[in-house]
Amino acid sequence: MSNKTLTRRGVLKSGVGIGAGVALPTIFTASSASAFTNEPTGSSVTLGFNVPQTGPYADEGADELRAYELAVEHLNGGGDGGMLGTFSSKVLDGTGIMGKKVQYVSGDTQTKSDAARASAKSMIEKDGAIMITGGSSSGVAVAVQGLCQEAGVIFMAGLTHSNDTTGKDKKANGFRHFFNAYMSGAALAPVLEKLYGNDRRAYHLTADYTWGWTQQESIAAATEALGWETVENVLTPLAQTDFSSYIAPVLNAGADVLVLNHYGGNMVNSLTNAVQFGLREKQVNGKNFEIVVPLYSELMAKGAGANIKGIVGSQNWDWKLENERGDKYAGSNAFVKSFGEKYGFPPSQAAQTCYAQTLLYADAVQRAGSFNPCAVAEAMEDFEFDGLGNGPTTYRGADHQCFKDVLVVRGAENPSDEYNLVEIVEVTPVEQVTYAPDHPMFAGGALGSCNAGA
Amino acid sequence: MDAILVQILNGLDKGSAYALIALGLTLIFGTLGVVNFAHGALFMIGAFCAVTLQRILNLSYETVDPDKTDFLGQPLKVKTPYVESWFGPDVGAAIIDWSVPLAILFAIPVMLIFGFVMERGLIKHFYKRPHADQILVTFGLAIVLQEIIKANFGANPIQTPAPEMLSGVATLMDGVVYPVWRIVYFCFAALIIGGVFAFLQFTTFGMVVRAGMADRETVGLLGIDIDRRFTIMFGLAAAVAGLAGVMYGPINAPNYHMGMDFLVLSFVVVVVGGMGSLPGAVLAGFVLGILESFASTTWATTTIPGINQIIIYLVAIIILLTRPRGLMGRAGVMED
Repeated sequence: MSNKTLTRRGVLKSGVGIGAGVALPTIFTASSASAFTNEPTGSSVTLGFNVPQTGPYADEGADELRAYELAVEHLNGGGDGGMLGTFSSKVLDGTGIMGKKVQYVSGDTQTKSDAARASAKSMIEKDGAIMITGGSSSGVAVAVQGLCQEAGVIFMAGLTHSNDTTGKDKKANGFRHFFNAYMSGAALAPVLEKLYGNDRRAYHLTADYTWGWTQQESIAAATEALGWETVENVLTPLAQTDFSSYIAPVLNAGADVLVLNHYGGNMVNSLTNAVQFGLREKQVNGKNFEIVVPLYSELMAKGAGANIKGIVGSQNWDWKLENERGDKYAGSNAFVKSFGEKYGFPPSQAAQTCYAQTLLYADAVQRAGSFNPCAVAEAMEDFEFDGLGNGPTTYRGADHQCFKDVLVVRGAENPSDEYNLVEIVEVTPVEQVTYAPDHPMFAGGALGSCNAGA
Repeated sequence: MDAILVQILNGLDKGSAYALIALGLTLIFGTLGVVNFAHGALFMIGAFCAVTLQRILNLSYETVDPDKTDFLGQPLKVKTPYVESWFGPDVGAAIIDWSVPLAILFAIPVMLIFGFVMERGLIKHFYKRPHADQILVTFGLAIVLQEIIKANFGANPIQTPAPEMLSGVATLMDGVVYPVWRIVYFCFAALIIGGVFAFLQFTTFGMVVRAGMADRETVGLLGIDIDRRFTIMFGLAAAVAGLAGVMYGPINAPNYHMGMDFLVLSFVVVVVGGMGSLPGAVLAGFVLGILESFASTTWATTTIPGINQIIIYLVAIIILLTRPRGLMGRAGVMED
C-alpha cells in the first residue's frame, strides 16, 4: 500500500504541469498564426514608403510619395477611387486592406544604399511596416530588397530599371512592376532600325554602376542583333558633372550614334554637353549623327530642356497613353484625373508604378486573405491583371517581374506645354519584350524561399 | 592632333571654372585667413541668380485658349511673358534669350551684398577661432544654402541656355569644332581674372589689401581700417564665384549640388597653387583642368582604369611632396 500524501505545494505543481501540457498545442497553434513579421493586430495596417526625399532624385521621390498618398487615400475609400474603378481585380472596396485602415510611414533613401537600408529597417522595426516600397535607383532597390528578404516583409520596388533587380539579385519577397533594361533594348531596337537603319556605329557612354552596366549590355545586344556595331563603351563615374572630356573623343571615333546610358542629372549633363559639341548637327559616314537615351523620364526631359527634342528612348508609362492609344490602357486617365486634380500636374511614370505597386500589394493581401508575406507572394505570382494603365500585365512567378507593353518615346519638337515634352512613338507589345526566366542577362541568382520572418 | 587640341580646350574650360573659384577662395584665405568651405555654395548661388532672373523674365499672365485643352481636358491656359507684352514679342523673346548674360548685371549686386552679409554676420566671428571651427561653420553654411536652394528650386537640374547667337559650335580649324559658349566662358574667365589682378595691382585699394595680406598688423598700425577693406574683398570674392556660376549655367544645367561638386577640387587647386597665392591658384586651376581633361580620354582610362578619378589628387600629392608650399606658395602661410 502506497503511502502518498497530498500537499498543497504538490497539487499546485501538478496543476501547473498539467495546465501547461494541455495548453501546449494551443500555444503552438497561436504562435504559428502570428509567425510573420509585423502582423497587424489592431484596426490599421502600416505601409512603409521608402523614397528619395533628399539627394539628386528628390523630385522623383516627391512624385512617388504623392502617388503613394493618393493610393492610401483610395484604398481607405477617399477621393474618386482612381484606378480602383478600372483595376480588373475587384476585391478592393475602399475599406482599407482586409478591413484594416491603411496608414503609412515614409523614409528617405537619399539614393544611397546604406541610408535606404537604414530607413527601411527603421520602418520595419520601429514603425511596424508590413510592406516596404519605393526608391529611384537600382542600387537602392537591390539593397532594400535584400533587407526585406531577411526581415520577412514584402518589397514592392519603385523605379528600378537594372536587369539585376529581377535577375541575379532577385528575391522571393521582392516584386517589380517597372520595366527593365532588357525590355528597353527589345522595344527600342525595331524602332531604331526603322528610324536610323541597320548599318550604324554606336558609341556608348555608360554610368559606372549596376544599372548602367545592364542597360549598356542590353542595348548593345539588341542593336548588334540589328547589324549595328558597338564602337566603344566608356564607363563614366556617377559623380561626373562635365562630360566634355568624354564627348570630345566621340567626334573622332567614327561613330554615328551616341547611346547615353545615363539617368537623372548624369543624363541631363551628358546630353547637354553632347548637343553643345554639335553632335546633332554632325554628319558621319554619310548619315546624320543621332543620340539615343534608352531610359527616359518626364522629369529628366524637363531638366534637359530643348536638348531633348527628337531624342528617342523608352518609358514604362506615359500620362497620355490612354488618350493616344485607346482603352487597352484603361486606368491611365483615371489615375491622371485623380492625381492631376489633387496636385495640379500630370503624374510621372515613377508615380504610376508606385501607385500600381501599392494597389497590387493590397489586392494580393485581400485575395490571399492574409498579410503573411508568403501568402501575399503566392497570390501575386503569375497574377494576370489589367486596368492599371499599362494594358494586360502578368506578374511572372519565376522572377517576380511584371510583363507588359513598353513605350518608345521621343522628345517633342514643339511641345504645346510643359507637360507635353515627350511624345509616344510606338507601344511595343509585351510579346516582343518577354524573355525566358533563365535568359543569360538575368542569370546567376535565385528567388530562394519566401521568408515570413518572426 | 585634333583630339589633343579639343582636350586642351576642354582643360582650359574646366580650368577656367576651377581658377575662378580658387581665386576667390585664396583671396579670402590670403586676406582674412579664413578657410571658406561655403565658397562652392557661392558659385552655386551665382548660377541660381541666372535661374532666378530667367524666371523673373518669364513671369507671365494667363489667357485661355478655348481651342486647346490641358491634361485634364479643360481649356488650356496659355502663358505670355510680361516682357513680351511690354516690349513686343520679338524684343521680349530676345530679352529672355539673353537672360544669362543679363544675369551678370543681376548677380553682381546680389553676390556683393550676399558676401558682405555673410562676412559681417557670420565669418567675422570666426577670425580668431581655429581653422577647424572655420571649416565646420562654413561647411555647415554650405549645406544650409544648398538645402534652401533645393527647397525652392527642386533637386533636378534647371536649364539656363546660352543666347541663340552664342550657341552651337565654332570651327577653329579644319575638322576641329568647339562649343561657342565654352570659348565665351574661357574669355570671360580670363577677363575676370585679369580684372581682379589689375584691381589689386594698380589701385590704391588693391595696394593696401596686398600690404594687409603681407603684414596685417603693420598696416593697422598705419591707421588704415584694413578690416573694412577685407570685408569688401570678401564681397568681391563672392561676386567672382557668383559670376563664375552665372556663366557656367549654359555649360551644365544648374542644380543645388553643383557647388559641392566644385568645392573639393577647388581646394585642391588652392593647395597645389600655394595657400594665399593668387597667381598660384590660377596656374594650378588651368594645369589641373587640362590634366583632368586628358585623364578622362578613352586612351587614358583604358591604359590606367580610374585615372580620371584620381589624377588631380595624384598630382597634388606629387607637388606637395616636392614643393610643400605648392607651386607659388609664400613662406609663412599656414606654417605657424
